[in-house]
Amino acid sequence: MFKGSADNKIEAAMSELVPEPRQKPAVPMKPVGINSNLLGYIGIDTIIEQMRKKTMKTGFDFNIMVVGQSGLGKSTLVNTLFKSQVSRKSSGWNREEKIPKTVEIKAIGHVIEEGGVKMKLTVIDTPGFGDQINNENCWEPIEKYINEQYEKFLKEEVNIARKKRIPDTRVHCCLYFISPTGHSLRPLDLEFMKHLSKVVNIIPVIAKADTMTLEEKTEFKQRVRKELEVNGIEFYPQKEFDEDLEDKTENDKIRQESMPFAVVGSDKEYQVNGKRILGRKTPWGVIEVENLNHCEFALLRDFVIRTHLQDLKEVTHNIHYETYRAKRLNDNGGLPPVTTETEENHESNL
Amino acid sequence: MASSEVARQLQNDNCRPLSLSGHVGFDSLPDQLVNKSINQGFCFNILCIGETGIGKSTLIDTLFNTSFDDRVSTHFQPNVRLRAQTYELQESNVRLKLTIVNTVGFGDQINKEDSYQPIVDYIDAQFEAYLQEELKIKRSLYNYHDTRIHVCLYFISPTGHSLKTLDLLTMKNLDSKVNIIPVIAKADTISKTELQKFKIKLMSELVSNGVQIYQFPTDDETISKINATMNGHLPFAVVGSMEEMKVGNKMVKARQYPWGIVQVENENHCDFVKLREMLICTNMEDLREQTHARHYELYRRCKLEEMGFRDTGPENKPVSLQETYEAKRHEFFGELQRKEEEMRQMFVQRVKEKEAILKEAERELQAKFEHLKRLHQEERMKLEEKRKLLEDDMIAFNKRKAATELLQAQAFASTPSVSLKKDKDRKKDPGFRLELLCFDVRDHEIVSVQEQSEREKLERDRISHREFQK
Repeated sequence: MFKGSADNKIEAAMSELVPEPRQKPAVPMKPVGINSNLLGYIGIDTIIEQMRKKTMKTGFDFNIMVVGQSGLGKSTLVNTLFKSQVSRKSSGWNREEKIPKTVEIKAIGHVIEEGGVKMKLTVIDTPGFGDQINNENCWEPIEKYINEQYEKFLKEEVNIARKKRIPDTRVHCCLYFISPTGHSLRPLDLEFMKHLSKVVNIIPVIAKADTMTLEEKTEFKQRVRKELEVNGIEFYPQKEFDEDLEDKTENDKIRQESMPFAVVGSDKEYQVNGKRILGRKTPWGVIEVENLNHCEFALLRDFVIRTHLQDLKEVTHNIHYETYRAKRLNDNGGLPPVTTETEENHESNL
Repeated sequence: MASSEVARQLQNDNCRPLSLSGHVGFDSLPDQLVNKSINQGFCFNILCIGETGIGKSTLIDTLFNTSFDDRVSTHFQPNVRLRAQTYELQESNVRLKLTIVNTVGFGDQINKEDSYQPIVDYIDAQFEAYLQEELKIKRSLYNYHDTRIHVCLYFISPTGHSLKTLDLLTMKNLDSKVNIIPVIAKADTISKTELQKFKIKLMSELVSNGVQIYQFPTDDETISKINATMNGHLPFAVVGSMEEMKVGNKMVKARQYPWGIVQVENENHCDFVKLREMLICTNMEDLREQTHARHYELYRRCKLEEMGFRDTGPENKPVSLQETYEAKRHEFFGELQRKEEEMRQMFVQRVKEKEAILKEAERELQAKFEHLKRLHQEERMKLEEKRKLLEDDMIAFNKRKAATELLQAQAFASTPSVSLKKDKDRKKDPGFRLELLCFDVRDHEIVSVQEQSEREKLERDRISHREFQK
């Protein structure tokens, strides 16, 4: 259970503190490694259990945004991802319903529970994106919404009397749906991703992938990846945030081979080989959604939910939110640090 | 297993609960979170307060099963100091950065009025450091080495009577800043019955004086029962020892006396096991959370309010930190500008004064120069007069000389050598005249040298005066 031999000596690093009352004492420095001398089980590793229990009690928040032109299967995909009727699809828009004049932002919250873990899932839909004749700046309402959520969080954080748990409405993940033309990315796609990859984690997804054959799919994916790289668009998982070698190799593999995921969504079940599975029935066969040979839905699901969910939240909190906060505070001259108000003001004056 | 409180809160936010028709997979979320935390490592900071020699270091060694430090402190410290040491422990895959802070010289002074102050200051300083980091513009909270004290073990002397005044005073000052767990040190000096009475006395004293010690949390069903029982055993009576002895057929940590062996890990002998259980195995995470959510928030609130920030403005409208800050900034800038103006005025004034002084000096010098010039003029005129007189004298003398020569010539009119003599005499005359001329020149020289030096002096004065003015 414990590593190391019991023979190593310990060198304790001391930092003595000055007795004068109002002087700031030194932070203890240079921790010393003592894995060598634990002569028996203490119980430090129970902290994992304690932590797990605590998080189960508090529950999780997750906010996912879907962006793409109408008819690309956004709602279906979200329903398939979370195996429930999360979004109510507009099954063919009626002639009476007008296309929204501008991009609307609709956020719907759900509470789902699995294995004792409660999650508040919010799906943010963006009807009207890319649907007008003139689509200039149609990403602006979306960017505004994302920044508004950061602003809300910042306001809460900056309060004097803060809540114990600040409600997190920040967008953790944005699925961008690429039309399966088979050629390349559209200018609208590039513009959107260029603007938003700096404020939110973007995961590009090729929608309705059952319109392409396997070769077309691989070629298209390669071209898309190349275009994204040429345009300097960093989609999630971003290269610069890989923490260690392990992460890097794992993420490299995903970045260079799997992404963008070519997915097919469906919430209808069919009988195949005696099993009931999700799929799409066509005259020439049944497309199995969760079959890796047919499409990459399973990869997307595992990636987003089973392995990188927490990481998505952390990157949003530690990086995107911090960038927003730093920019916002810099623009306003910054919040004063507790003692050196004069210095800070002088600096910003200059 | 998930608490209904969360469900209620979530439902309040207009979320409809959904049922899943299959396995999605987000139940691995706690695992993902835990894995991330493991990668980052944990921090835990313990503060030990107690008199010198009461057994703080030994107890910590026993708790973590390691020999941390060998230094024994003296009883003659002039005032209380704190000594902090950080260690990295690892057990299976969990890395813990443990910081032990000891008080050195606590309770040794003759006048103990200020004994608790360094401790309070230290705790505040750790909160302050965290607050500073949180208020920075570019911050990295997830990388931050958290030095805030998570738990304070207060060592009570086993007198068997009651709390000392110093203990009461210190605990009263610390209970709103840190989680206090009181322990009775060197519990092997008290017998069982006395111990029971002592514990009851201590708890009643703490309660009657309003000292809030840390209560183990009883809201989680799995641990509430055991926590509640433990709450009844506070303060824990502990014995610490790193020496191992053979009891029965096992090696146990114990203290050997002539009348028997006190085993540290025997629950009948002392409460050490309970302490370790509560501190490390069950409530470590809760201690950390309480420190962050309660004590730190309280400190932050007080500190920010002290600085003048409020959540609601004068008409009870919510004022953001931003607005308050802007207002203060305006105020401050106004102040700054005023001070700048003041300084500028002062500067201008000083310059004026200096200029006036210098002008005075220049005028004086000028006057002096004029005066000197006048003197010089007068002297010159005098000299001119003298010269005139001299010249007149010379002419008169020459005339007389000529007359005498004529007479002499007349006397020697027969001899032509006279004319020669006259010539010779005449030749002699230039010599005399030369002499006179020399005299003249010399005189002129003397006069001009004096004039020259005076002129130079005035020039020098003038130049230096000009430089000074510049």
